Amino acid sequence: MKTVKVYGPGCQRCETTEKMVRDAATKLGIDVAIEKVSDTKSMAMAGVMSTPGIAIDGKLVHAGGLPDEAKLEQWLTA
Amino acid sequence: MTTETHEISPPPAAREWLWYAGVLAAAVAGWVAYGQLIPFSEWVTSLFPVARDSHTGEAIAFFVYDVPKVLLLLTGIVFVTGVLRSWFSPEKTRAVLAGKREIFGYPLAAFLGVLTPFCSCSSVPLFIGFVSAGVPLGVTFSFLIAGPMVGPVGLGLLYALVGWKIATIYLVFGFSIATIAGYVMGKMGLERYLQDWVRELNAGPLNDLPEETLTFTDRLKIGAEQVREIVGKVWIWVLVGIGIGALIHGYVPEATMLRIMGGEAWWSVPAAVVVGVPMYTNAAGVIPIVEALLGKGAALGTTLAFMMSVIALSLPEMIILKQVLTLRLIAIFIAVVASGILATGYLFNLLL
Repeated sequence: MKTVKVYGPGCQRCETTEKMVRDAATKLGIDVAIEKVSDTKSMAMAGVMSTPGIAIDGKLVHAGGLPDEAKLEQWLTA
Repeated sequence: MTTETHEISPPPAAREWLWYAGVLAAAVAGWVAYGQLIPFSEWVTSLFPVARDSHTGEAIAFFVYDVPKVLLLLTGIVFVTGVLRSWFSPEKTRAVLAGKREIFGYPLAAFLGVLTPFCSCSSVPLFIGFVSAGVPLGVTFSFLIAGPMVGPVGLGLLYALVGWKIATIYLVFGFSIATIAGYVMGKMGLERYLQDWVRELNAGPLNDLPEETLTFTDRLKIGAEQVREIVGKVWIWVLVGIGIGALIHGYVPEATMLRIMGGEAWWSVPAAVVVGVPMYTNAAGVIPIVEALLGKGAALGTTLAFMMSVIALSLPEMIILKQVLTLRLIAIFIAVVASGILATGYLFNLLL
């Protein structure tokens, strides 16, 4: 079970990112718990400077803009 | 749905060429359309049952000429800016600026503020990311002021709608205000006026995100994505701004304009700044108003002060920054930037 955090203040792109993570996980058959973080303080603590950001199991893997699908799958399987 | 498009699209090489061809075709189409703006707007105006030289006729002509013009320009500028900015990121900028206490840190920050992609919705995480990584507070302010103030959208539209001279003046003074305001605030030692939790946040985790490798097609895609996102968001401000501009152009008599916004009235510059603060709009929305004001004989200094105040000092942004700055620091921030804007306004009213 992987914990994925999607950081974003609630913009359209953050919603899309969350959906992309969910779709990729379903496609790969990976069990994930997705958590949306919109609190700026937590975002800052995690080192996210541009949104949306993605952290998997506490490690930041992406910040700023929509993630690339291929890379997303790579992060989820790593 | 976002998943299935990739599997069914043509092989990579063909996709690349489609992108190049598409961008080229869009550029040519935009350029041709741009050349037809005057005949088009005159034709549309003639469809209305009003005399062309009446107040209403003038207002309509202004509106139907400016709307397609500004939207075309906006699309082009946002696209080019989006592509250029794909070479920059807040992470890279932070690495460049960290520990830059030297004097040239400030203009460098202002310069990077223009080129680094960031939206005002993430200005708080960005602010903390900078400060906690050792970017001096004043340098961070230079960055945050320059971003919106001398953005390419504002400059490009100013150039096309008002002329290169005023666009250049705006660029030079906007850039100087960002640099000097940051420098002044850096000298004031304001770190103690950050919110407590920000000060206690010891150097946040400097994550080393692997750099993403982008092809040129990826960058074009980023540009197109920016157009969809930004133009889709600000078009309404553009219409409102041009609407106001059209009303000014058609109905406000020059004598009235000279009395309110002429160079003689000493109070007009501070009044322009005060009026500009609560106005929250994008540069694309305010420049058609600037165009109409200048056309009616408003003084350049007063108009510049109004424009800078609308773009650089916005109430909603202050409310966002309240999470990291104490009221006192926000007040200092406003006072320093407003002084720069006032000085610019008075200087140009005096010179011209």
